[in-house]
Amino acid sequence: MSGDNLILKLAMSFGALSLVSVGGAPAMMPEIHRLAVEINPWLTNGEFARDFALSQTAPGPNFMMISLVGWRVAGFAGLMAATLAAIIPSSIIAVIVGRLYTRFSKQAWFPIVKAALPPLVLGLIVASGVVTARAAVSGALGFAIVAGSALFVALSRRNPLISIAGGALIGLAAGRLGFL
Amino acid sequence: MDKIVEPQPHTGARAIGRLELFMGFAEMGLCGFGGVATIARHVIVEKRRWLSEHDYAAILGMGQILPGGNIINMTVMLGDRFQGPLGSVVALAGLMIMPIIILLGLTVIYDAFAGLPDVRAATIGAGAAAAGLVIGMGLKMGRALRLSPVHIGFALVTFLAMGVLRLPFIATILVLAPLCIAATWWSVRK
Repeated sequence: MSGDNLILKLAMSFGALSLVSVGGAPAMMPEIHRLAVEINPWLTNGEFARDFALSQTAPGPNFMMISLVGWRVAGFAGLMAATLAAIIPSSIIAVIVGRLYTRFSKQAWFPIVKAALPPLVLGLIVASGVVTARAAVSGALGFAIVAGSALFVALSRRNPLISIAGGALIGLAAGRLGFL
Repeated sequence: MDKIVEPQPHTGARAIGRLELFMGFAEMGLCGFGGVATIARHVIVEKRRWLSEHDYAAILGMGQILPGGNIINMTVMLGDRFQGPLGSVVALAGLMIMPIIILLGLTVIYDAFAGLPDVRAATIGAGAAAAGLVIGMGLKMGRALRLSPVHIGFALVTFLAMGVLRLPFIATILVLAPLCIAATWWSVRK
């Protein structure tokens, strides 16, 4: 595929994704995985898991996984295309709705929509974790790290970076001991 | 069209300039690990006093029901409220530019060492932990939400559709969102 088509494809894919997404970036991972690993030959499962870990290690919005996929696919142009496509259309909607905010918030449907979306978001986020885990993990040790990290995040308020660092150290030790 | 009345921050008539917007959002971007939501409330409500607790909850709630990144939407709406569309651009730039540069720096450094066996092993562990982190976020959210049985059903169906059956996202949401809204409406009006 020529470079221009690839940029266009990145922009169209992430633009469409962000326009129908609910629950923000953490809930978008199954679809990002489908786009980058299943439909297009952009990343392998291992590369997807690696890039997701990298994007979680840097500070900033979870949204940056999209920027990193763009970077992997087509360098700086890909990064800009993916990031801006995922930001601009939904931001235009946000500005318009934000200005009409006082009208919307008093409508009878507003609290209903607000109450109806969290269950979907919850399902999407857990699905995100499972899809990412399937991409990342093969053996029993991997599943143990997934479970340990999930419990750490669910039960403590400590910085989630601790869990990623812990996972990296366990992986390192397991590699040295010949378990991986 | 009705006259648009924009809610004012409860902190008086203090104008929030573009530089302050940029710096505030840069602070949120740089201090937010595992997402920006927690640090954003701290900076916007407590530290910089741009919004009252109530106004922040309202603008974040709006960001959550709109399509797109929740924090991105909140950033854009807040930037627009204080400084118009240019304020949105300034706030987004503050939030994203430094984190993206840091992420690319990490990626370049990582790629330089990716061939080492130790790095490869550590990456597998970090990838598994990052996936667990998302599951943990979901568990935490599920505990905090206290969903009704109908909503637990919708959460499960959404999870099965996306996580197990791997149905297409857009179609899944376009079917499940109206159904869940209808079910919520029906249970409220009883």
